[in-house]
Amino acid sequence: MAPIGTLHYLVVAAALFILGVIGVLTRRNVVIILMSIELILNAVNLNLVAFSRLWGLHGQVFAIFVITDAAAEAAVGLGILIAFFRNKETVNVDEIDLLKW
Amino acid sequence: MQQAVQPGMQPVATTFFFYLLSGFTLLSGVFVITRKSPVHSALALIFGLLSQAGLYLMLYAPFVAGVQIILYAGGIMVLFLFVIMLVNLERSQREEQFNGQWVVGLLAAIALGGLFMTVYVKGKSLFPYRIAQPVENTNTQQIGLMLYGQYMFAFEIASLLLLVAIIGAVVMAKKRI
Amino acid sequence: MLDYITSYLSSNTTPGESGNVFWALVYIMVVFGGISVAVMAMNWLERKALAHFQIRLGPMRVGPHGLLQPIADAIKLMTKEDIIPAEADKFVFWIAPLIILCASFAVYIVVPFGPTHAITDLNIGVLFMLGVSSLSVLGVVMAGWASNSHYPLIGALRSSAQMVSYEVAMGMAVVSAILMTSLHGLGPYGVSAASSGTGTLSMIGIVQAQNEQHVWFLFKFFPLGFIAFGIFAIAMVAETNRAPFDLPEAESELTAGFHTEYSGLRWSLFMLGEYAAMIAVSSIAVTLWLGGWYRPFPNSLTGDTWDLVFSLFPGLVFLGLAAIAFLGVRRMPKHPYFRVQTIGLAGFGAVLGLIGLILFVPPVRDRIQDIFWFVAKVAGFMYLYIWYRATFPRYRFDQLMKVGWKVLLPIGIGVLILTAILGVVL
Repeated sequence: MAPIGTLHYLVVAAALFILGVIGVLTRRNVVIILMSIELILNAVNLNLVAFSRLWGLHGQVFAIFVITDAAAEAAVGLGILIAFFRNKETVNVDEIDLLKW
Repeated sequence: MQQAVQPGMQPVATTFFFYLLSGFTLLSGVFVITRKSPVHSALALIFGLLSQAGLYLMLYAPFVAGVQIILYAGGIMVLFLFVIMLVNLERSQREEQFNGQWVVGLLAAIALGGLFMTVYVKGKSLFPYRIAQPVENTNTQQIGLMLYGQYMFAFEIASLLLLVAIIGAVVMAKKRI
Repeated sequence: MLDYITSYLSSNTTPGESGNVFWALVYIMVVFGGISVAVMAMNWLERKALAHFQIRLGPMRVGPHGLLQPIADAIKLMTKEDIIPAEADKFVFWIAPLIILCASFAVYIVVPFGPTHAITDLNIGVLFMLGVSSLSVLGVVMAGWASNSHYPLIGALRSSAQMVSYEVAMGMAVVSAILMTSLHGLGPYGVSAASSGTGTLSMIGIVQAQNEQHVWFLFKFFPLGFIAFGIFAIAMVAETNRAPFDLPEAESELTAGFHTEYSGLRWSLFMLGEYAAMIAVSSIAVTLWLGGWYRPFPNSLTGDTWDLVFSLFPGLVFLGLAAIAFLGVRRMPKHPYFRVQTIGLAGFGAVLGLIGLILFVPPVRDRIQDIFWFVAKVAGFMYLYIWYRATFPRYRFDQLMKVGWKVLLPIGIGVLILTAILGVVL
């Protein structure tokens, strides 16, 4: 087996990203869509940290910021979900269509 | 397994652990998007986040690994589990969980996969095959110096963002605004 | 192969540092066994001590003075029927106690029993400890949800909200202690001009920083170290859901909260995880504030005679315990029914005395010092836990959350800011 280089980590990150995108596109439950978005963010983080091994610590600092922003986004997104759930008792994305024509 | 006896953080059985950890991560990613019950998806995501922290450790990033475990697995996923328990209806479990857009998903996957492969093959010179070994003992100190030196502005903005998120979440989830 | 095993013994490092997998496994087994025995002993001690606080006797029947009670409890729990609620999610129901157990036990990887007596010494030891102990919240939430019943769900939500709130206060207190590791001066207020040193997050490094500064961080920048320790001590009691913060699992309030629906061996896993978490956070408190494995006054009472005096303590402690056991033997009723118990207690006293005598032998005496002082300090904390349970009334849940967010967190932030200011200004 070849020694583990940066490309290996990039391929893993790409696979995680693709899994996250498929999750966002094919699921109906809003919470699972939000979890797939977390998968996408994690793939990005893995990419950043893999490159930071070569080009300095900037990647790791940026990864910390991404994790912080993911926390903020999850909090607000779930807050919106709870507010919506109180009005209409569903977590099905297809039924969140109050603004549809 | 190759062993290392000299002191200092030398990698032990790198290949084995890389394939193990990345296998766990990808497997848990598959479980996140395919399980019917959101609680099972959340459990799978927790497991994936923990194995990703292991991958960060292999990449000589112990501080990011620690932050991932504390914030992501110990904070964000607790939030997810709380909300899942609050909005989990029996009725919604028996509904159809997948919309019929698996064709779109597959197309997107193929397109993205092709794009990534092209980029990685064409840009091979950007990530040389050498394995750099940054120093691990002073990782936290150096990240601290960078955060409070070069990235001070971004740090302050991030703290403001968190404040806004806290206020936003509280306002969103209150009963009467 | 043999010299792979023996080459570690001559090196002066932890198994993690020298990359020695065999000895790392040996250390893990020893710690695991030690913690399990400690949990059983803690179970017995809690029942006896609570009883004596309430002027009654506690378990007296099973062994002499109830010494075999934990074993009887273990046998009972293992032979109970394993009931799973009807609509419960089986996989989550099964995995919840395992998560709590693994999270509680994983903290012991970084706990230092001596300068080289840790399983490993991670550079980010404190960060790892905080992160892993926050994973037990997940187990609690899942246990409550998987039971598919109201009381466990409410108990789990309350318990996890409490644990998350007090983790924030714990983090603030821990950061204050970490700040003190970067100073170079001696004594409670010593900072010294060369204090642009780098601090450390590694547990062994924190204890060694306390030794180099010749002061326990408890007394550093008095009263700031004391207040930080106080915040951590209160937060760790709330973190492990123990009295007076045990509303989520109190029997009169919520019929045992998140572990209501668990029976038999699964419930004993919860108890094991809870006691292991108690011992783990006490070890963290001892490492961060109480000087870890160092004997009292290592820098002011130095010299060979003082070293000898303090090194006699382990043996004297065990001889004292043996003396108490023999006193109990004398007070046993002289009835043939009690013959077996009397002989058992005398045997137990003899074993304790033998251990005490072994601990007087010089080679053993030198090696056992660090581990003894560390374990003694943690044992003090365990007794404090039992004392709190006997003494304090229970907090109501809104009072609990108020204390966590409105009292401990501002004080913690204040201590952090003052420590930083003192560290720079002095």
